[in-house]
Amino acid sequence: MTHPSLALRRHERREQLLVLALLSPALAVVAALLVVPLAWLAVQSVTADGAFTLEHYRRFLTEDIYWRSFLLTFRIALTVTVLAVLLGYPVAYAAATLPRRWSVVVLGLVILPFWTSVLVRAYAWMVLLQRRGLVNGMLQGLGLTDQPIALINNEFGTVLATLHILLPFMVLPLYATMQRIPRDLMLAGASLGGNPLHVFLRVFLPLSMPGVVAGTVLVFVLALGFYITPELLGGGRTFMVSMLVSRNVEIYNQWGAASAIGVVLLACVAALFWLASRVVPLERIMGAR
Amino acid sequence: MAAAGSISGVSGGALAGGSVGVSIRNATRRYGAFTALDDVSLDVAPGEFLSLLGPSGSGKTTLLGILGGFTVPSSGSVHFGATDVTFLPPHKRDIGVVFQNYALFPHLSVAENVAFPLRARREPKASWGPRVAEALAMVELSGYEDRAISQLSGGQRQRVALARAIVFRPRLILMDEPLSALDKHLRETMQIELRRLHRQLEATIIYVTHDQREALTMSDRIAILRGGRLAQVDTPERLHDRPMSAFVASFIGESTLVPVTRAGADAVALGSTTLRSARPLPAGEALLLAIQTEKLVVAGDASPDGYNRLTGRVTDVVYQGESLRVFVALDGGPEISLRQPAHHAGRLAIPAPGGALTALLHPQDTIVVPAEPA
Repeated sequence: MTHPSLALRRHERREQLLVLALLSPALAVVAALLVVPLAWLAVQSVTADGAFTLEHYRRFLTEDIYWRSFLLTFRIALTVTVLAVLLGYPVAYAAATLPRRWSVVVLGLVILPFWTSVLVRAYAWMVLLQRRGLVNGMLQGLGLTDQPIALINNEFGTVLATLHILLPFMVLPLYATMQRIPRDLMLAGASLGGNPLHVFLRVFLPLSMPGVVAGTVLVFVLALGFYITPELLGGGRTFMVSMLVSRNVEIYNQWGAASAIGVVLLACVAALFWLASRVVPLERIMGAR
Repeated sequence: MAAAGSISGVSGGALAGGSVGVSIRNATRRYGAFTALDDVSLDVAPGEFLSLLGPSGSGKTTLLGILGGFTVPSSGSVHFGATDVTFLPPHKRDIGVVFQNYALFPHLSVAENVAFPLRARREPKASWGPRVAEALAMVELSGYEDRAISQLSGGQRQRVALARAIVFRPRLILMDEPLSALDKHLRETMQIELRRLHRQLEATIIYVTHDQREALTMSDRIAILRGGRLAQVDTPERLHDRPMSAFVASFIGESTLVPVTRAGADAVALGSTTLRSARPLPAGEALLLAIQTEKLVVAGDASPDGYNRLTGRVTDVVYQGESLRVFVALDGGPEISLRQPAHHAGRLAIPAPGGALTALLHPQDTIVVPAEPA
């Protein structure tokens, strides 16, 4: 005869094993697609000709192109993110508060560019912004400028095209969050004496912050690794980290150096988020319902 | 309606801010081809507790929206006291609104929620603390200032919503089915508390509900809505005793409507039985007798005089705790039901199903209403 509590404990143990068994396929996929490649990246960054070396990381200290490229990349990503919040918030607000018929139109306009390739959109911007492009033509035609102004092959063109491509990643999480804010809260705010601005600042804006945080994280991280638009619209002058990686692989065949850049970028982002979470209580904002 | 409410709190509790009368004149609200509210005129006296009662889709929420300023009527007007507020936006109306789902701000603490109206009104910051404490004390939530909304139970949230709606001493408070999400026991407790609060606050309260019992418990008067129109506005007693239509008679209380024919100025015939009513019959040929379950008395051995008598056979007896519901098929007529207290004597008086039963109906309780035009 078995002691009852012992039987219960055995049962519980069996259940735990069962849960683990059920989770294992998902864990295997995460390991195969995320953990293994990252580990491989890390290993490669400290190897040269099959031996351990810190040579790839030493370049960050010796060659200023590295840290200048990192600074530029973070600056562009930050600019794009700030502009995406400023431009995306009103669009998401409109989509979330307009009658359903119109909100579908607004969301459609946001999602439509998703269906064309990034490459096509980058070339479209080149056509628009080049020296004898539509924008310069119009500016001169209106007599606003005498000379064509430089709209591409610089940081401006890079930021503009990147912003255009990443804006939906800001609008969609914002819309999802705003849509879940009960309309009754605005009515309550108004009935309690809050004018529309007061209700927006004290009720709607704080409740939409989880969307702002989600969109900011998405856009910022995507912008950090952006490749095609800075390559095409930066004209070689905006040398971002992604281009540094590609040069190392394509021209110098330096997989180790390229890996090291990837690891440093990853570490920078992780450190940044850790710092941000110390200043802004991210979990609380994310968890706010 | 000339009664303009006084703004200064002269008497009553510390949160009493006086009251204001409300006058709705010919309010109509259309949504496309659908008329949600159809030519409703209603006067609410200062300090009155008035319930808007009706089934869903009867227009009671639309009417509340018009009072709150969330909806503009397609035609008609709304006055608070002598002031026309028809086009006044909600934030300038100075009314407290308690929403069905509480509509508390989830990112603010209890105290911040209650202080919201004070902040929005730019009241001096030093006054917030004492007034919030006062309002929370009134709803018996002292000490909950720093709690998050997510930490509160349904009943506590309800009280916070109430505190938030009264903290700025509104002269009019609107409530949209505020107790519908609570369980029965808590709901009944809150009903009694709302009555007490109403007396302390001295504010006019307009209360939307679809629960007639709730309306009967709390209201000075009840406005019954049906299909966007007012069916009847009266005190709970008069709605019960003198319903003006078959709809009100069937909506209030628990009654069976039986077709009858006119048999004199104050008498009707139900089959071969003649019943006398204490009141003159309504005009029209098609009449209905509204037999309310609790108005029937089971006849014992000594039957008093002056009662109308209904005879039939018991078809079913349902035990419902405090009372028995007895279904009786009248001789040669329809089936009605009556309520009998579940005490021993009451149970003894009811024969088993199949047995004969005589029920007495006093002329004062003999209610005849016009049948609905088809």
